[in-house]
Amino acid sequence: MSNIITLARRELAAYFLSPLAYVILTAFIFFCGYFFRLYLLGTADANSLRYVLELIGFTSLIISPMITMRLLAEEKKSGTLETLMTAPVTEVQVVIAKYISALIFFIALIIPTVAYVILLLKWGNPDMGAVISGYTGLLCLTGVFLSIGIFVSSLTTNQIVAVVLTFLLLLIGWVIGYAGDFLQEGVWKEFFKYIGFFDHYDAFRKGLIDSRDVVYCLSLIVFFLFLTVRAMEARRWR
Amino acid sequence: MIQVEGLSKKFGDFTAVDNISFRVDSGEIVGFLGPNGAGKTTTMRILSSYIAPTSGKASVGGFDVVRNSLEVRKRIGYMPESIPFYTEMRVKEYLSFRAKLKGVARKERRNRIAFVSERCRIKEFENKIIGHLSKGQRQRVGLADAIIHNPPILILDEPTIGLDPHQIKQTRELIKELGKDHTVILSTHILPEVGMLCNRVIIIHQGRIAAMDTLSNLVKEQRIKVEIQGPISDIENTLKQIENVKSVSYTTDNLWNIITIELSEVRDIREQVYQKIMENRWIIREFKTERTTLEDIFIKITAREEGTSSAGA
Repeated sequence: MSNIITLARRELAAYFLSPLAYVILTAFIFFCGYFFRLYLLGTADANSLRYVLELIGFTSLIISPMITMRLLAEEKKSGTLETLMTAPVTEVQVVIAKYISALIFFIALIIPTVAYVILLLKWGNPDMGAVISGYTGLLCLTGVFLSIGIFVSSLTTNQIVAVVLTFLLLLIGWVIGYAGDFLQEGVWKEFFKYIGFFDHYDAFRKGLIDSRDVVYCLSLIVFFLFLTVRAMEARRWR
Repeated sequence: MIQVEGLSKKFGDFTAVDNISFRVDSGEIVGFLGPNGAGKTTTMRILSSYIAPTSGKASVGGFDVVRNSLEVRKRIGYMPESIPFYTEMRVKEYLSFRAKLKGVARKERRNRIAFVSERCRIKEFENKIIGHLSKGQRQRVGLADAIIHNPPILILDEPTIGLDPHQIKQTRELIKELGKDHTVILSTHILPEVGMLCNRVIIIHQGRIAAMDTLSNLVKEQRIKVEIQGPISDIENTLKQIENVKSVSYTTDNLWNIITIELSEVRDIREQVYQKIMENRWIIREFKTERTTLEDIFIKITAREEGTSSAGA
């Protein structure tokens, strides 16, 4: 446990010492603000943040690959993986620490958007249940994005490859649910809707924390973190 | 302390380490000597349990490097060849991070950092960002990191590569000091370095152990080179009569005969050679004892190997 904290602290420090973090931070806040303003003025339904969070979720899909790209690819490329893994730490600890720090970094990104909720509370009449479940959904969804990102980062030494490949995978995961819309009622429609991110996220934003959606996210996260650990261990046997 | 039996590592079709066995006792300083690509780094990575062997066994401090890798890693200080760092960190921060990771107790951490800073002379730049350090300074931070948790065993991959002569000297002195209370394995391709630092040498060639001995035993044979003018057949015959001379070979350059005298034992025959030259009134322009180089040892070893294998066949 103490190893995980030590590693995660270094990882977080590395995030905030790199200029990329501030580029991401600025871009993210800019887009979130833009979306919020759009819906505040354009629709009557700003009170649940349902559609604002949909766009924030999609923005998260774009920035998550940038958050995770360096996590393992950089360590492999610069060789620091060798000093790291010859210290008495396990692969599981390293992966968890890196994952947690990516998640904390993302939480730092969305903290400023709480201002929107405060604005709504002051001048509107927000549905706080839907807002909280929406944010829970955003966190679960991004949790999945980051776990896929860290896995891809463990496969390559090239950060550009990591970011592009992660983005492609996430995009597929997002749009595959749309395929369900074009199909007739039946197993396949259900299947595509189930495996895509979109419907699960939408349920959260509607104010519904369903255990099926939570299990969907958690199982994906655990699955990809497990693959990451395996990919790291494979180094020893290659 | 370290025991290796029948260790092999293959990368695809390429065999980097081929069935090597050796042991290192507590308190020894052992040098891995070999040209680039001989398998030194691979062996060290296996010992530090960064990669697993394809076959064979290795144990460090009594623990198997594959099955008990955490225990092994607690007991070693490993410095990789390129000494990679998190370049955005400050030296002191980095050492503190590494100390925590290596399980140095909170109470001792400050003392240990002060101790290694003192010992590796990094005090004056401990607040600098690692990315801004010179190669020599990085090297010292790498060593400080390797000893921060006071491990009984140090594994140092090419600790003096890329340093200037002054830094090389300092690093060697430091390693020698560390050798007093640590078991040290280091790799190098510089022959004299092994002589200065190590009790024992393991020469690796194409993934195999070509020789394993003390350096003085390995570098037994010596050579003398003289350039003289005179009738070559006379010179050859006269010099051959000196005791312990194994062979005399020569090349000619105009009037000058460049003569190499090989000895069968380490013995100083310079006086005798000089006397013979004076007696015959040959003209001399150069007289030197030649250092045995790593290449010489290799040529000898590989020649010997071929000899024994053909004799066996």
